[in-house]
Amino acid sequence: MSLHATTSQTVGPYLHIGMTWLVTENLVRAGVPGERVTIEGRVLDGDGKPVNDASVEIWQADAKGRYGAKGFRGFGRSNTDMKGRFRFKTIKPGRVPGPRGKVQAPHIAVNIFMRGQLKQLVTRIYFPGDPSNDADPVLSLVPARRRPTLIAKKTKKTLQWNIVLQGKDETVFFEL
Amino acid sequence: MPNRKNIVPYRRPAPGTQPDYLFPPYASTVKRAPTKPLVVLPQTLTETTGPVFGRDEVKPGDADLTRQHRGDPIGERIIVSGRVVDENGQPVAGTLVEVWQANSAGRYPHRVDQHDAPMDPNFTGCGRALTDKQGRYRFVTIKPGEYPWRNHYNAWRPAHIHFSLFGPAFATRLVTQMYFPGDPLLERDPMYNCIPDEKARRRLISAFDWQTTIPEIALGYRFDIVLRGRKQTPFEKRR
Repeated sequence: MSLHATTSQTVGPYLHIGMTWLVTENLVRAGVPGERVTIEGRVLDGDGKPVNDASVEIWQADAKGRYGAKGFRGFGRSNTDMKGRFRFKTIKPGRVPGPRGKVQAPHIAVNIFMRGQLKQLVTRIYFPGDPSNDADPVLSLVPARRRPTLIAKKTKKTLQWNIVLQGKDETVFFEL
Repeated sequence: MPNRKNIVPYRRPAPGTQPDYLFPPYASTVKRAPTKPLVVLPQTLTETTGPVFGRDEVKPGDADLTRQHRGDPIGERIIVSGRVVDENGQPVAGTLVEVWQANSAGRYPHRVDQHDAPMDPNFTGCGRALTDKQGRYRFVTIKPGEYPWRNHYNAWRPAHIHFSLFGPAFATRLVTQMYFPGDPLLERDPMYNCIPDEKARRRLISAFDWQTTIPEIALGYRFDIVLRGRKQTPFEKRR
Protein backbone atom coordinates (compact mmCIF):
# COMPACT_ATOMS: atom_id res chain seq x y z
CA MET A 1 0.00 0.00 0.00
CA SER A 2 1.39 3.34 -0.97
CA LEU A 3 -0.28 6.68 -0.36
CA HIS A 4 0.90 10.22 -0.94
CA ALA A 5 1.45 12.55 1.98
CA THR A 6 -1.19 15.24 2.39
CA THR A 7 -0.22 18.53 0.78
CA SER A 8 1.18 21.26 2.96
CA GLN A 9 -0.68 24.59 3.21
CA THR A 10 0.32 27.86 4.82
CA VAL A 11 -0.32 28.53 8.51
CA GLY A 12 -1.69 31.91 7.37
CA PRO A 13 -1.63 35.12 9.41
CA TYR A 14 -3.60 33.81 12.39
CA LEU A 15 -1.36 30.91 13.39
CA HIS A 16 -1.01 32.31 16.91
CA ILE A 17 -4.62 31.37 17.65
CA GLY A 18 -3.94 27.68 17.30
CA MET A 19 -0.24 27.48 18.15
CA THR A 20 0.25 29.73 21.20
CA TRP A 21 -0.84 27.17 23.82
CA LEU A 22 2.27 25.07 23.11
CA VAL A 23 4.78 27.93 23.12
CA THR A 24 7.89 26.54 24.86
CA GLU A 25 10.71 29.06 25.06
CA ASN A 26 12.34 27.47 28.08
CA LEU A 27 13.14 23.84 27.38
CA VAL A 28 15.11 23.13 30.53
CA ARG A 29 13.90 22.24 33.98
CA ALA A 30 16.13 22.59 37.04
CA GLY A 31 18.41 19.62 37.50
CA VAL A 32 18.72 18.74 33.81
CA PRO A 33 22.43 18.36 33.07
CA GLY A 34 24.07 20.37 30.32
CA GLU A 35 25.51 23.74 29.39
CA ARG A 36 22.76 26.38 29.47
CA VAL A 37 22.42 28.50 26.36
CA THR A 38 20.03 31.28 25.35
CA ILE A 39 19.46 31.52 21.61
CA GLU A 40 17.85 34.71 20.31
CA GLY A 41 17.23 36.02 16.86
CA ARG A 42 14.93 37.67 14.37
CA VAL A 43 13.13 36.52 11.25
CA LEU A 44 13.68 38.97 8.38
CA ASP A 45 11.97 39.03 4.98
CA GLY A 46 13.29 39.94 1.53
CA ASP A 47 13.10 43.66 2.35
CA GLY A 48 14.90 43.15 5.66
CA LYS A 49 11.64 43.76 7.50
CA PRO A 50 10.86 41.76 10.64
CA VAL A 51 8.41 38.89 10.21
CA ASN A 52 6.00 39.24 13.12
CA ASP A 53 3.79 36.27 12.24
CA ALA A 54 6.19 33.35 12.30
CA SER A 55 6.43 30.33 14.54
CA VAL A 56 9.89 28.83 15.07
CA GLU A 57 10.08 25.24 16.32
CA ILE A 58 13.21 23.43 17.46
CA TRP A 59 14.07 19.78 18.07
CA GLN A 60 17.26 18.70 19.77
CA ALA A 61 19.04 16.00 21.74
CA ASP A 62 20.02 16.24 25.41
CA ALA A 63 23.56 16.90 26.59
CA LYS A 64 24.46 13.23 26.08
CA GLY A 65 23.20 13.18 22.49
CA ARG A 66 19.95 11.33 23.27
CA TYR A 67 16.65 12.25 21.63
CA GLY A 68 13.51 12.13 23.75
CA ALA A 69 15.33 11.05 26.90
CA LYS A 70 13.46 11.20 30.19
CA GLY A 71 13.43 14.67 31.73
CA PHE A 72 14.26 16.55 28.53
CA ARG A 73 11.71 16.52 25.71
CA GLY A 74 13.88 18.60 23.41
CA PHE A 75 11.02 20.46 21.72
CA GLY A 76 10.65 24.23 21.66
CA ARG A 77 8.26 26.65 19.98
CA SER A 78 8.57 30.44 19.91
CA ASN A 79 6.19 32.74 18.05
CA THR A 80 7.85 35.90 16.77
CA ASP A 81 6.90 39.23 18.35
CA MET A 82 6.21 42.56 16.63
CA LYS A 83 9.95 42.98 15.99
CA GLY A 84 10.27 39.51 14.50
CA ARG A 85 12.13 38.20 17.54
CA PHE A 86 12.13 34.65 18.92
CA ARG A 87 14.08 33.12 21.80
CA PHE A 88 14.90 29.80 23.45
CA LYS A 89 16.54 28.88 26.72
CA THR A 90 17.95 25.42 26.35
CA ILE A 91 21.06 23.29 26.70
CA LYS A 92 23.77 22.64 24.19
CA PRO A 93 23.00 19.19 22.78
CA GLY A 94 25.55 16.41 22.66
CA ARG A 95 26.80 14.81 19.45
CA VAL A 96 24.51 12.37 17.65
CA PRO A 97 25.15 9.79 14.91
CA GLY A 98 25.20 10.97 11.31
CA PRO A 99 25.29 9.30 7.90
CA ARG A 100 27.80 6.56 7.06
CA GLY A 101 28.98 6.02 10.62
CA LYS A 102 30.05 9.64 11.09
CA VAL A 103 29.19 11.67 14.18
CA GLN A 104 27.45 15.03 13.84
CA ALA A 105 28.52 18.24 15.55
CA PRO A 106 26.08 19.56 18.19
CA HIS A 107 23.12 21.07 16.38
CA ILE A 108 19.45 21.95 16.73
CA ALA A 109 16.89 21.18 14.00
CA VAL A 110 14.53 24.04 13.11
CA ASN A 111 11.12 24.17 11.40
CA ILE A 112 9.78 27.65 10.52
CA PHE A 113 6.15 28.44 9.72
CA MET A 114 4.65 31.73 8.58
CA ARG A 115 2.16 33.44 6.33
CA GLY A 116 3.61 33.43 2.82
CA GLN A 117 5.26 30.04 3.36
CA LEU A 118 3.29 27.26 1.66
CA LYS A 119 5.34 24.67 3.54
CA GLN A 120 7.72 24.95 6.45
CA LEU A 121 11.33 25.99 6.06
CA VAL A 122 13.87 23.54 7.46
CA THR A 123 17.24 24.63 8.80
CA ARG A 124 19.73 23.98 11.62
CA ILE A 125 21.56 25.89 14.34
CA TYR A 126 25.20 25.01 15.05
CA PHE A 127 27.34 26.30 17.90
CA PRO A 128 30.16 28.83 17.46
CA GLY A 129 33.70 27.62 18.03
CA ASP A 130 32.78 23.96 18.37
CA PRO A 131 35.78 21.99 17.09
CA SER A 132 33.53 19.31 15.59
CA ASN A 133 31.84 21.77 13.19
CA ASP A 134 34.64 21.39 10.64
CA ALA A 135 34.00 17.69 10.13
CA ASP A 136 30.21 17.78 10.44
CA PRO A 137 28.69 15.67 7.64
CA VAL A 138 25.77 18.08 7.07
CA LEU A 139 27.67 21.39 7.33
CA SER A 140 30.19 20.04 4.84
CA LEU A 141 27.39 19.70 2.24
CA VAL A 142 26.84 23.47 2.43
CA PRO A 143 28.98 25.80 0.29
CA ALA A 144 31.68 27.17 2.65
CA ARG A 145 30.68 30.79 2.10
CA ARG A 146 27.11 30.10 3.25
CA ARG A 147 27.99 27.97 6.29
CA PRO A 148 28.16 30.94 8.69
CA THR A 149 24.37 31.40 8.30
CA LEU A 150 23.92 28.13 10.20
CA ILE A 151 26.29 28.94 13.06
CA ALA A 152 25.03 31.12 15.91
CA LYS A 153 27.14 34.12 16.96
CA LYS A 154 28.36 34.45 20.49
CA THR A 155 27.58 37.65 22.37
CA LYS A 156 28.20 38.35 26.06
CA LYS A 157 25.25 36.40 27.41
CA THR A 158 23.47 34.85 24.48
CA LEU A 159 23.83 33.19 21.13
CA GLN A 160 22.45 35.26 18.26
CA TRP A 161 21.04 33.48 15.25
CA ASN A 162 18.86 35.22 12.66
CA ILE A 163 16.66 33.65 10.02
CA VAL A 164 17.17 35.67 6.84
CA LEU A 165 14.64 34.63 4.20
CA GLN A 166 16.25 36.23 1.14
CA GLY A 167 19.30 38.09 -0.10
CA LYS A 168 23.05 38.14 0.37
CA ASP A 169 22.97 36.66 3.86
CA GLU A 170 20.08 34.30 3.15
CA THR A 171 19.99 31.46 5.66
CA VAL A 172 20.69 28.02 4.25
CA PHE A 173 17.46 26.04 4.10
CA PHE A 174 17.32 22.30 3.59
CA GLU A 175 15.22 20.02 1.47
CA LEU A 176 14.24 17.22 3.81
CA MET B 1 25.52 7.85 22.41
CA PRO B 2 22.58 5.95 20.84
CA ASN B 3 23.18 2.96 18.63
CA ARG B 4 24.16 3.48 15.02
CA LYS B 5 21.72 1.13 13.39
CA ASN B 6 20.86 2.18 9.88
CA ILE B 7 18.21 4.85 9.50
CA VAL B 8 15.28 3.99 7.24
CA PRO B 9 14.54 7.39 5.68
CA TYR B 10 11.19 9.00 5.02
CA ARG B 11 10.12 9.20 1.40
CA ARG B 12 10.57 12.35 -0.62
CA PRO B 13 7.31 13.82 -1.91
CA ALA B 14 5.82 12.49 -5.14
CA PRO B 15 6.19 15.08 -7.95
CA GLY B 16 3.46 17.73 -7.98
CA THR B 17 1.96 16.78 -4.63
CA GLN B 18 3.63 19.53 -2.56
CA PRO B 19 3.77 23.27 -3.33
CA ASP B 20 6.95 25.17 -4.14
CA TYR B 21 7.97 27.96 -1.79
CA LEU B 22 7.55 30.65 -4.47
CA PHE B 23 4.04 30.94 -5.89
CA PRO B 24 3.49 34.55 -7.04
CA PRO B 25 -0.34 34.32 -7.21
CA TYR B 26 -0.06 34.11 -3.40
CA ALA B 27 1.60 37.50 -3.06
CA SER B 28 3.18 37.01 0.37
CA THR B 29 5.45 34.26 -0.98
CA VAL B 30 7.39 36.76 -3.11
CA LYS B 31 9.35 38.35 -0.23
CA ARG B 32 9.47 35.21 1.89
CA ALA B 33 10.38 32.28 -0.35
CA PRO B 34 14.05 31.24 -0.38
CA THR B 35 15.89 32.49 -3.48
CA LYS B 36 19.00 30.33 -3.17
CA PRO B 37 19.03 26.60 -3.86
CA LEU B 38 18.00 24.34 -0.99
CA VAL B 39 20.62 21.91 0.28
CA VAL B 40 19.40 18.30 0.24
CA LEU B 41 19.59 17.05 3.82
CA PRO B 42 20.48 13.40 4.43
CA GLN B 43 18.05 12.06 7.00
CA THR B 44 19.82 11.35 10.28
CA LEU B 45 18.64 10.46 13.76
CA THR B 46 17.80 14.16 14.15
CA GLU B 47 15.19 14.09 11.38
CA THR B 48 13.80 10.62 12.05
CA THR B 49 12.95 11.26 15.71
CA GLY B 50 10.49 13.81 17.11
CA PRO B 51 8.74 15.12 20.21
CA VAL B 52 6.00 13.21 22.04
CA PHE B 53 2.98 14.91 23.61
CA GLY B 54 0.83 13.32 26.27
CA ARG B 55 -2.57 13.19 27.88
CA ASP B 56 -1.36 15.52 30.63
CA GLU B 57 -1.24 18.32 28.06
CA VAL B 58 -4.14 17.43 25.81
CA LYS B 59 -7.49 16.88 27.55
CA PRO B 60 -10.52 15.28 25.87
CA GLY B 61 -12.44 18.58 26.19
CA ASP B 62 -9.81 20.36 24.09
CA ALA B 63 -11.37 18.75 21.00
CA ASP B 64 -14.74 20.47 21.51
CA LEU B 65 -14.51 24.05 20.22
CA THR B 66 -18.15 24.71 21.06
CA ARG B 67 -17.65 24.31 24.83
CA GLN B 68 -14.85 26.75 25.58
CA HIS B 69 -17.04 29.62 26.84
CA ARG B 70 -20.23 30.17 28.81
CA GLY B 71 -22.62 30.14 25.89
CA ASP B 72 -22.98 28.34 22.61
CA PRO B 73 -21.15 29.78 19.61
CA ILE B 74 -23.26 31.01 16.72
CA GLY B 75 -23.20 28.94 13.56
CA GLU B 76 -23.72 25.49 12.21
CA ARG B 77 -22.35 22.84 14.59
CA ILE B 78 -20.30 20.18 12.79
CA ILE B 79 -18.24 17.08 13.60
CA VAL B 80 -14.86 16.93 11.88
CA SER B 81 -13.16 13.56 12.16
CA GLY B 82 -10.79 11.31 10.30
CA ARG B 83 -7.77 9.09 10.45
CA VAL B 84 -4.12 9.95 10.38
CA VAL B 85 -2.09 7.30 8.57
CA ASP B 86 1.36 7.24 7.00
CA GLU B 87 2.20 6.67 3.34
CA ASN B 88 2.39 2.94 4.07
CA GLY B 89 -1.21 3.00 5.32
CA GLN B 90 -0.20 2.45 8.94
CA PRO B 91 -2.15 4.41 11.58
CA VAL B 92 -0.25 7.21 13.30
CA ALA B 93 -1.30 6.71 16.92
CA GLY B 94 -0.98 9.16 19.78
CA THR B 95 0.05 12.08 17.63
CA LEU B 96 -0.83 15.69 18.34
CA VAL B 97 -3.34 17.43 16.05
CA GLU B 98 -3.82 21.21 16.49
CA VAL B 99 -6.63 23.07 14.71
CA TRP B 100 -7.63 26.71 14.36
CA GLN B 101 -10.30 28.45 12.30
CA ALA B 102 -12.47 31.54 11.80
CA ASN B 103 -15.87 31.87 13.45
CA SER B 104 -19.10 31.36 11.50
CA ALA B 105 -18.97 34.96 10.25
CA GLY B 106 -15.44 34.55 8.88
CA ARG B 107 -13.66 36.43 11.66
CA TYR B 108 -10.64 35.47 13.76
CA PRO B 109 -10.16 36.88 17.28
CA HIS B 110 -6.77 38.27 16.27
CA ARG B 111 -5.41 41.83 16.32
CA VAL B 112 -4.49 41.62 12.62
CA ASP B 113 -7.98 40.61 11.49
CA GLN B 114 -9.90 43.79 10.64
CA HIS B 115 -12.62 42.15 8.57
CA ASP B 116 -15.96 43.87 9.18
CA ALA B 117 -17.72 40.83 10.58
CA PRO B 118 -18.84 40.18 14.14
CA MET B 119 -16.69 38.50 16.76
CA ASP B 120 -18.33 35.69 18.69
CA PRO B 121 -17.59 35.90 22.42
CA ASN B 122 -18.37 32.20 22.68
CA PHE B 123 -15.92 31.05 20.03
CA THR B 124 -12.13 31.25 20.07
CA GLY B 125 -11.61 28.77 17.25
CA CYS B 126 -8.73 26.62 18.46
CA GLY B 127 -8.57 23.02 19.60
CA ARG B 128 -6.32 20.02 19.84
CA ALA B 129 -6.46 16.25 20.12
CA LEU B 130 -4.28 13.18 20.26
CA THR B 131 -5.05 10.42 17.78
CA ASP B 132 -6.16 7.06 19.20
CA LYS B 133 -4.59 3.66 18.47
CA GLN B 134 -6.20 3.54 15.03
CA GLY B 135 -4.98 7.04 14.24
CA ARG B 136 -8.45 8.56 14.63
CA TYR B 137 -9.23 12.08 15.80
CA ARG B 138 -12.54 13.91 16.24
CA PHE B 139 -13.40 17.59 16.75
CA VAL B 140 -16.74 19.26 17.50
CA THR B 141 -16.83 22.78 16.11
CA ILE B 142 -18.90 25.17 14.01
CA LYS B 143 -18.59 25.61 10.27
CA PRO B 144 -16.12 28.44 9.61
CA GLY B 145 -17.16 31.36 7.41
CA GLU B 146 -15.46 32.53 4.23
CA TYR B 147 -13.61 35.83 4.51
CA PRO B 148 -11.99 38.44 2.27
CA TRP B 149 -8.24 38.97 2.07
CA ARG B 150 -6.38 41.55 0.08
CA ASN B 151 -4.21 39.27 -2.00
CA HIS B 152 -5.89 40.31 -5.28
CA TYR B 153 -9.08 42.03 -6.42
CA ASN B 154 -12.17 40.61 -4.70
CA ALA B 155 -10.17 37.86 -3.02
CA TRP B 156 -12.06 35.55 -0.65
CA ARG B 157 -10.71 32.53 1.18
CA PRO B 158 -12.87 29.41 0.93
CA ALA B 159 -14.08 28.12 4.29
CA HIS B 160 -11.24 26.16 5.88
CA ILE B 161 -9.82 24.75 9.09
CA HIS B 162 -6.07 24.86 9.74
CA PHE B 163 -4.53 21.54 10.82
CA SER B 164 -1.09 21.11 12.39
CA LEU B 165 0.30 17.60 12.94
CA PHE B 166 3.53 16.23 14.33
CA GLY B 167 3.73 12.53 13.50
CA PRO B 168 6.60 10.44 14.85
CA ALA B 169 9.52 12.49 13.53
CA PHE B 170 10.86 15.95 12.77
CA ALA B 171 10.51 14.93 9.10
CA THR B 172 6.77 14.18 9.40
CA ARG B 173 5.72 17.62 10.66
CA LEU B 174 2.80 18.90 8.56
CA VAL B 175 0.61 21.99 8.55
CA THR B 176 -2.28 21.97 6.12
CA GLN B 177 -5.84 23.24 5.60
CA MET B 178 -9.09 21.30 5.31
CA TYR B 179 -11.74 22.59 2.90
CA PHE B 180 -15.45 21.83 2.48
CA PRO B 181 -17.08 19.99 -0.45
CA GLY B 182 -18.69 22.09 -3.15
CA ASP B 183 -17.12 25.39 -2.12
CA PRO B 184 -17.28 27.66 -5.20
CA LEU B 185 -14.34 29.74 -3.93
CA LEU B 186 -11.84 26.87 -4.24
CA GLU B 187 -11.25 27.32 -7.97
CA ARG B 188 -10.11 30.92 -7.44
CA ASP B 189 -8.07 30.34 -4.29
CA PRO B 190 -4.28 30.67 -4.76
CA MET B 191 -3.53 28.53 -1.74
CA TYR B 192 -5.67 25.66 -2.94
CA ASN B 193 -4.29 26.05 -6.44
CA CYS B 194 -0.63 26.17 -5.42
CA ILE B 195 -0.64 22.36 -5.68
CA PRO B 196 0.12 21.23 -9.24
CA ASP B 197 -1.38 17.73 -8.89
CA GLU B 198 -5.16 17.87 -9.11
CA LYS B 199 -5.70 14.67 -7.13
CA ALA B 200 -3.45 15.97 -4.34
CA ARG B 201 -5.48 19.20 -4.31
CA ARG B 202 -8.76 17.34 -4.02
CA ARG B 203 -7.50 15.38 -1.03
CA LEU B 204 -7.65 18.63 0.97
CA ILE B 205 -11.44 18.70 0.57
CA SER B 206 -13.31 16.93 3.34
CA ALA B 207 -16.28 14.69 2.54
CA PHE B 208 -19.74 14.89 4.02
CA ASP B 209 -19.98 11.84 6.26
CA TRP B 210 -23.36 10.39 7.07
CA GLN B 211 -21.75 7.89 9.47
CA THR B 212 -20.46 10.57 11.83
CA THR B 213 -23.46 12.86 11.41
CA ILE B 214 -25.44 12.94 14.67
CA PRO B 215 -29.24 13.04 14.25
CA GLU B 216 -30.78 16.36 15.38
CA ILE B 217 -27.30 17.60 16.42
CA ALA B 218 -24.59 18.06 13.80
CA LEU B 219 -23.42 17.19 10.28
CA GLY B 220 -20.25 15.14 10.00
CA TYR B 221 -17.28 15.85 7.73
CA ARG B 222 -14.47 13.39 7.21
CA PHE B 223 -10.89 14.48 6.60
CA ASP B 224 -8.20 11.80 6.47
CA ILE B 225 -4.59 12.90 6.64
CA VAL B 226 -1.51 11.12 5.34
CA LEU B 227 1.88 11.84 6.89
CA ARG B 228 5.19 10.94 5.29
CA GLY B 229 6.08 7.26 5.63
CA ARG B 230 9.43 5.56 5.71
CA LYS B 231 10.72 3.79 2.66
CA GLN B 232 9.84 0.15 3.03
CA THR B 233 12.61 -2.30 3.72
CA PRO B 234 12.77 -5.49 1.59
CA PHE B 235 11.60 -7.47 4.65
CA GLU B 236 8.44 -5.39 5.04
CA LYS B 237 7.64 -5.64 1.35
CA ARG B 238 7.60 -9.44 1.59
CA ARG B 239 5.13 -9.50 4.45
